[in-house]
Amino acid sequence: MMSAYSPGACDNGEQSRVLEKILKKYKGSEGALIPVLQEAQEALGYLSEETLKKIAKATGRTLAQVYGVATFYAQFRLEPIGKHLVRICHGTACHVAGADDIDAAVCGHLGLPEEGGTTGDMEFTVEKVVCVGACSLAPIMIVDGVAHGRLNPDKARSVIKSYQKSENERSGGGARSGKRAQKKK
Amino acid sequence: MSGKDRVVVGLATCGIAAGGVSVMEEIRREIKKRNLGVEVAETGCIGYCFAEVLVEIQKAGMPKVIYGEVKPNDVPLIVEGHLIEGKILRDKALLIEGRKTPEADFLKKQKRIVLANCGLIDPENIDDYIATGGYEALKKVLSGMTPEQVREEILASGLRGRGGAGFPTGQKWNLCAMAQGKDKYIVCNADEGDPGAFMDRSVLEGDPHAVIEGMIIGGYAIGATHGYIYCRAEYPLAVRRLKKAIADATSRGFLGKNILSSGYSLDIVVKEGAGAFVCGEETALIASIEGKRGMPRPRPPFPANKGIWGMPTNINNVETFANVPWIIRNRAKKFAKMGTVGSKGTKVFCLTGKVRRGGLAEVEMGTTLREVIFGVGGGIKEGRKFKAVQIGGPSGGCLPESLLDTPVDYDSLPAAGAIMGSGGMVVVDDTTCMVDLAKYFLTFTQMESCGKCVPCRLGTKRMLEILTRICKGEGKPEDIDLLEKLAIDIKEGSLCQLGGTAPNPVLTTLRYFRDEYVAHIRDKRCPAGLCVDLVTFHIDPEKCTGCGVCLKNCPSGAISGERKKPHVIDEDKCIKCRECIRRCRFDAVYTV
Repeated sequence: MMSAYSPGACDNGEQSRVLEKILKKYKGSEGALIPVLQEAQEALGYLSEETLKKIAKATGRTLAQVYGVATFYAQFRLEPIGKHLVRICHGTACHVAGADDIDAAVCGHLGLPEEGGTTGDMEFTVEKVVCVGACSLAPIMIVDGVAHGRLNPDKARSVIKSYQKSENERSGGGARSGKRAQKKK
Repeated sequence: MSGKDRVVVGLATCGIAAGGVSVMEEIRREIKKRNLGVEVAETGCIGYCFAEVLVEIQKAGMPKVIYGEVKPNDVPLIVEGHLIEGKILRDKALLIEGRKTPEADFLKKQKRIVLANCGLIDPENIDDYIATGGYEALKKVLSGMTPEQVREEILASGLRGRGGAGFPTGQKWNLCAMAQGKDKYIVCNADEGDPGAFMDRSVLEGDPHAVIEGMIIGGYAIGATHGYIYCRAEYPLAVRRLKKAIADATSRGFLGKNILSSGYSLDIVVKEGAGAFVCGEETALIASIEGKRGMPRPRPPFPANKGIWGMPTNINNVETFANVPWIIRNRAKKFAKMGTVGSKGTKVFCLTGKVRRGGLAEVEMGTTLREVIFGVGGGIKEGRKFKAVQIGGPSGGCLPESLLDTPVDYDSLPAAGAIMGSGGMVVVDDTTCMVDLAKYFLTFTQMESCGKCVPCRLGTKRMLEILTRICKGEGKPEDIDLLEKLAIDIKEGSLCQLGGTAPNPVLTTLRYFRDEYVAHIRDKRCPAGLCVDLVTFHIDPEKCTGCGVCLKNCPSGAISGERKKPHVIDEDKCIKCRECIRRCRFDAVYTV
């Protein structure tokens, strides 16, 4: 799923306000801890210790209970993630179609260990997921919510490169417009 | 649906992943550019997943045609050729209504009840559903049947739970109807966690109202006051379409207070799961809905008596609910005519892996595996040889060629060591190592074990360790016995069915492919040439043309040779990345 979060977009004050809003929405509704955690992660990118403490206080649970739930489900992240989230499917169909080779290609290209992780420049986070349910397009990976199917190692690398390229273009584009601005002067 | 010419694009998750949205945009652009009075619509999964992106064209005076593997740059040709000139583009046509095409068997060999609307109607348009007889069953139930009569009808149909266990649905409804409680819950289990299974997603994305109608009928039959659909968060499109369908059904009076002025009220809320396979288990699912860690608890008390917030709760799978409106509309007798003595109706399978026509296959119960894989699926890809079919996901088993004539039903599959499960059917060929496949499933169950009971938590871990060392060539002769012993202990000692079925992939591969285990342990050899620690890479000098592609792409510089002369691989430098095998166009690289 696309995250509404963009790193560095909101300061601490804004983060608290966003969280307050979510907590208010679910106030008093029984069993709402999971939706609260989901929405908080969606808005803030990950669940920091501070966020978990606030959620515990507002929902009347102990921090241990909230932490227990947050660590039980695969969806929740307690660490910040990179700008682009790459999820490589490891369902059965993808496994027999060579998902491990896709891991190796993507992680090798980004300089990450094969089990994934986040690049040092916080650009990419790579994680393995279990079955996205698009088995006929195996092997498949999802980058920022967009699915790329029928992969092979080359194709997977070029998908990642296209995200790196769009990144470079953006910064390159900035430089060009800078030059244009200079010319105008 | 009007009499206007119509272009329909399959936009379920697979269709979108294959580029369906850009095809759709291109179609709209072409039609607008040429000023054609053609309606462009989207639909759910058409089922021909192997040939996404799928575009169906309905033109007056012409048979209905489905085009496969459509890319944006094919669109002008199709629009001009088919829509303007009225010519069918035969090389792109998968299916031409009423005519024989090579891929026609895919649908012809199926019997579609649950999937009847999938790929035909616009899932986001409630009127499309109503036009196909949607909500008629609900009207029939609320206007002229008592809850007991509804339960009797479902019981008489012989419908059994499609989530895997196969418990008779009518009986389940009776248990919950008789339980006492201030509130009662009806829950749809849409936590389709089996890797290799996507039929529930396809139904939710392609025909969400059928599931909702089935739930309302079930709710009425047991006296439910609230409904939940517990859906995997990994299925964002299904969640979105469900929410829209619930809102539309509510605004038409099919849901909410005093449904169709009958006095019966029910609300349905979508709960998104957060990624835990064990939550497919009923008591774990209930804990998750209550906002807790999704861990199972011992039964009894059964959810029918003590479920969500301690109240009577009835949980059925997506496909089970989707069958209900059909049964009510067509009567139990007609449903019970399909299938075998113990298994009535149809079952939807997700045919994937090395099969030629992978996709959604709904067949009558009792159809043989051979008919599904070779009839519907068209056999094995790239002319390779069938080795096994894995049925039922991590809880299921791998069946060999000798069992291809096993009928798919609730009794025959367990007798062979597999289970019906939710309906994943992954076909593998001779390039798949069965020990590696067993290891794959154990990696999954070990990771997904919730950790509450010891046999599952520690047992699956130990089994995985043994399988890992066998794949590395470090297996010991006693490992096979140890695996079997552990498997039985885990099956008997686990609290829930996750542990209770986790050893099945190992047990069935040991039963039918024991020689592969022996080859790994005794001969330190992987017959499929897959386990990297047991294979070495070589180039066949007879086949090698010396084109140099492997040499250029070898990341470790292990390949040498002069141009136009056979190349060789230096075993010491080779990192076994398989890049040379993938690159070689002459099939010259092989493993030993």
